[in-house]
Parts: sequence; C-alpha cells; structure tokens
Amino acid sequence: MGEIWQGLQAAFWLVVTLDPDLVEITLRSLQVTLCAVAIACAIGMPLGSWLAIQRFRYRRAVIALLNALMGLPPVVVGLVVYLLLSRAGPFGALNLLFSPTAMIIAQVIIVTPLVASISHQAVRELWSDYHDLLISLNASKRQRMTTLLVDARRALLMAALAGFGRAIGEVGAIMIVGGNIDHVSRVLTTAIALETSKGNFALALGLGFVLIGLAIAVSFASHALSRTEREGRW
Amino acid sequence: MVTILPLDVRGATVRRRGRTIVGPVDLTLDGTGVTIVMGPNGAGKTTLLRMLHGLVRQRGGSIDWARPLAEAQAAQAFVFQTPVVLRRSVRDNIAFPLMLGGLARTQARERAEFWADRVGLAGALKQQAMDLSGGEKQKLALARALIREPQLLFLDEPTANLDGRSMREIEGILAQAQADGTRIVMATHNIGQARRMASDVIFLYRGRVHERNQASAFFAGPETGEAAAFIKGDIVE
Repeated sequence: MGEIWQGLQAAFWLVVTLDPDLVEITLRSLQVTLCAVAIACAIGMPLGSWLAIQRFRYRRAVIALLNALMGLPPVVVGLVVYLLLSRAGPFGALNLLFSPTAMIIAQVIIVTPLVASISHQAVRELWSDYHDLLISLNASKRQRMTTLLVDARRALLMAALAGFGRAIGEVGAIMIVGGNIDHVSRVLTTAIALETSKGNFALALGLGFVLIGLAIAVSFASHALSRTEREGRW
Repeated sequence: MVTILPLDVRGATVRRRGRTIVGPVDLTLDGTGVTIVMGPNGAGKTTLLRMLHGLVRQRGGSIDWARPLAEAQAAQAFVFQTPVVLRRSVRDNIAFPLMLGGLARTQARERAEFWADRVGLAGALKQQAMDLSGGEKQKLALARALIREPQLLFLDEPTANLDGRSMREIEGILAQAQADGTRIVMATHNIGQARRMASDVIFLYRGRVHERNQASAFFAGPETGEAAAFIKGDIVE
C-alpha cells in the first residue's frame, strides 16, 4: 500500500514540476504510439472494410488469420523486426535499429491486425444494412468503402482507441527494437521496466500512473472531438 | 430525354439452392402509369422486382432495356419495404445519391432541401435519420429515390406496416411522381391500395406471371380462379 501511495506522490510531483525527463519520455511515447496507430488505421481500416464487402475464395481464411494475429506475441514481433533491421538483416542498410522508427514499425505490425479486425466487424454489420441501397445506387467499390467507413466512424474510433491502448502499453517489442536508450528510444513502458529492475518502485509506479492518465486523456479527447454521446448515437 | 423503356423480359428465372423462386417470366413494361405487382405471400413479388432492378441475378432468359444496361440502371430507383437509412442527417440521406453521382455537396444539399419539402420532411432536415418514425423513414427513402428523377421507380410494399395517414401521404407523393413522368412498378398485397393506384396489374402466383391486365378489367373480372380468390380476400396458397 505504501509503495502505491509513494507512487501516486511521485506521479503528482513529476507532473506538477513538469520533470524534463518525464516530459521527454511522455512525448516520445505519444509520438511513437500516435504514429503507429495512424499508420495502422490507414492500413487496417480500409483493409477491414474491403474484407467486409469483397467476396473471394480464401476470404474466411484471411479473416480467421487476421483475428488470430490480434494475439500476436509482441516479443516475437520485436525479434523478427530486430532480425530484419539488424546490420546482417535485409534492411540493415537503413540503419533504423534502436530508433523510434524501428519502434513504430514493430507497433504497426502489432496494432494493424487489431484495428483491421475491429473495423471489419463494424463495417460488416453496417454493410448488411446498406448492401441493397448501395448496390441499387450503383455505388462503385471505392464509394461503398468510403460510405461504410464514414458511417461507421464511431465504431472505427473504438478500433483506433483499442489500437492506441495496445500500443501505448506495449513493452516487449519496443524494448528489443528500440533498446531503451536514454534520450533516444526510452518511452514510458520501457522506463517503467528499467526503474522496476533497479528497485525504484515509487518512480516506476509514478510513471505507470502517468501512462494510465495519458491513455484516459487520449480516450476522452477522442470522444470529445468526435462528439460521441453529445449527438446521442454511437 | 431518351427513355430506357420498353423493358423486355423473356424467360427470366431466379433460382436459389436448386429451387425456382421466380420464373420463367415473360413480360414487357412500357408507357406510363403504375403497374401493381400482386400475389399471395411467397409468390415472388419482391424477387421479381429485385431481378428487374438487377439486385438479384437471373438464371437463364433475358432482361433487355431500350438503352445500355449502365444507362438503364442509372435511370431507375428502388424503395425497399424496410427503408434503408444511412447513419447521417435527413438532408445528407436525401442528398446521398447526388453526391455519389459527383454533384458538389452544396448543390446536392440544396436539391435535398427541395425534396425534403416535397415529402414533408422540411422540418427535420438536420435531424438524425435514425431518429425518424417508420412513416418518416419511408418518406425519406422516397425522397432519396426521387431526387435523381428516375424514369422507373420500383417499390417493394412501401406502405406495409404503416398507418393510414402515412399510407395516404406516400400515395400522394407517388401520384405526384407519376404526374412528373416517373413510371412506377410497385409490389403490394393491399387490395385497396392497388385499386386506388394501379393502371395495370401483374398477378404473380407460385413465381410466375399468372395474369396481367388493365386494372379496371382485372378488378372487374379476373381471368383466373386464384386472382379472383385473392381479390375476394380468400386464402390463396
């Protein structure tokens, strides 16, 4: 109990004093996570929508695979990305290992199946409602997808938030590909892991509370911006 | 305006899981007026309309328009029994076909306001369409179908489950559309409505066109026993 209280105090002082290290780590966490989620949404939402309206031979298998990939172990993703980006790997020449870009790549791989699966589910339900109308109006495939994505925007917001939640709390993959290097690739989760290993529980808890606060703040901001609830419908 | 009619259907059939739902159907659709498609439940009224509109693919036979298929499809509209409502405002729902056709949003919305006024939804333009009543949703669907001023309008029991007032309002909108030159093909099992609206009647029975005649002749003296029983209100299986 005492450690939790100390953690709360540490979090309070870190935030109130705008601790430079905390600000830097938090901004990097946000930068990496928001970039990864934006890219994952740009890939996953159209992919989920396309899977909902397109019929092809191995569609069920692709959807099942996508759902299975939601549970992709981050450590394995980190290891694969590490091998791809390491000097001996196929993309070693890009010199991306132990950089925020490498962390973004790993997070995109982890988050995209989650965003695509939730998007697919949301768009599929809407497609069953809209199918006859859109066919009747001779909407092209592109127009169908755009209509579905626009009208499913609130469910898609949930997909993006789920992706954000997964990415902001991710530690295994970004530890491997980012290296947790101070002032380069250290983010909130890797900092928490480091402080815990040093026995610095109060600071680790403090960072943890900041992380939770950040996730809640982003969720509230998203809802406020998209005016969910205010317009009465999700 | 180049007309997409006559529509010429020869031997068209719809099959599902090895069973014939509709057909073989032979019919020609031309001229003006309101064609009412009648028949008992399961006769294939909805499937026939969906086949003519291209929502269901026919097996065998042919469906020929006077114009190329793409042109014919662009000049027709369909109103479903359960109105499909987009998760948007009433105005954006009505404007949707025009925006899909590439018209600028502002112009499409202006046209939508005109049509909302015409169907009695002028006061609900900014309202979320999902919040409308059943009758209002059907009026919205009608406005959305009519905004492109189709030459041919298919309606699948548009007033089923609606009260008398909503039914009268919708019949008024359809009468106006017909006066504006839209050819109407409507499925209904409401005999009163058929008598009020029909120029000619197609009576479907077990997936086939059992009888077709001018409305006055059909109601005065149907040629088949099934049609006579149906008009009388007897149970026709």
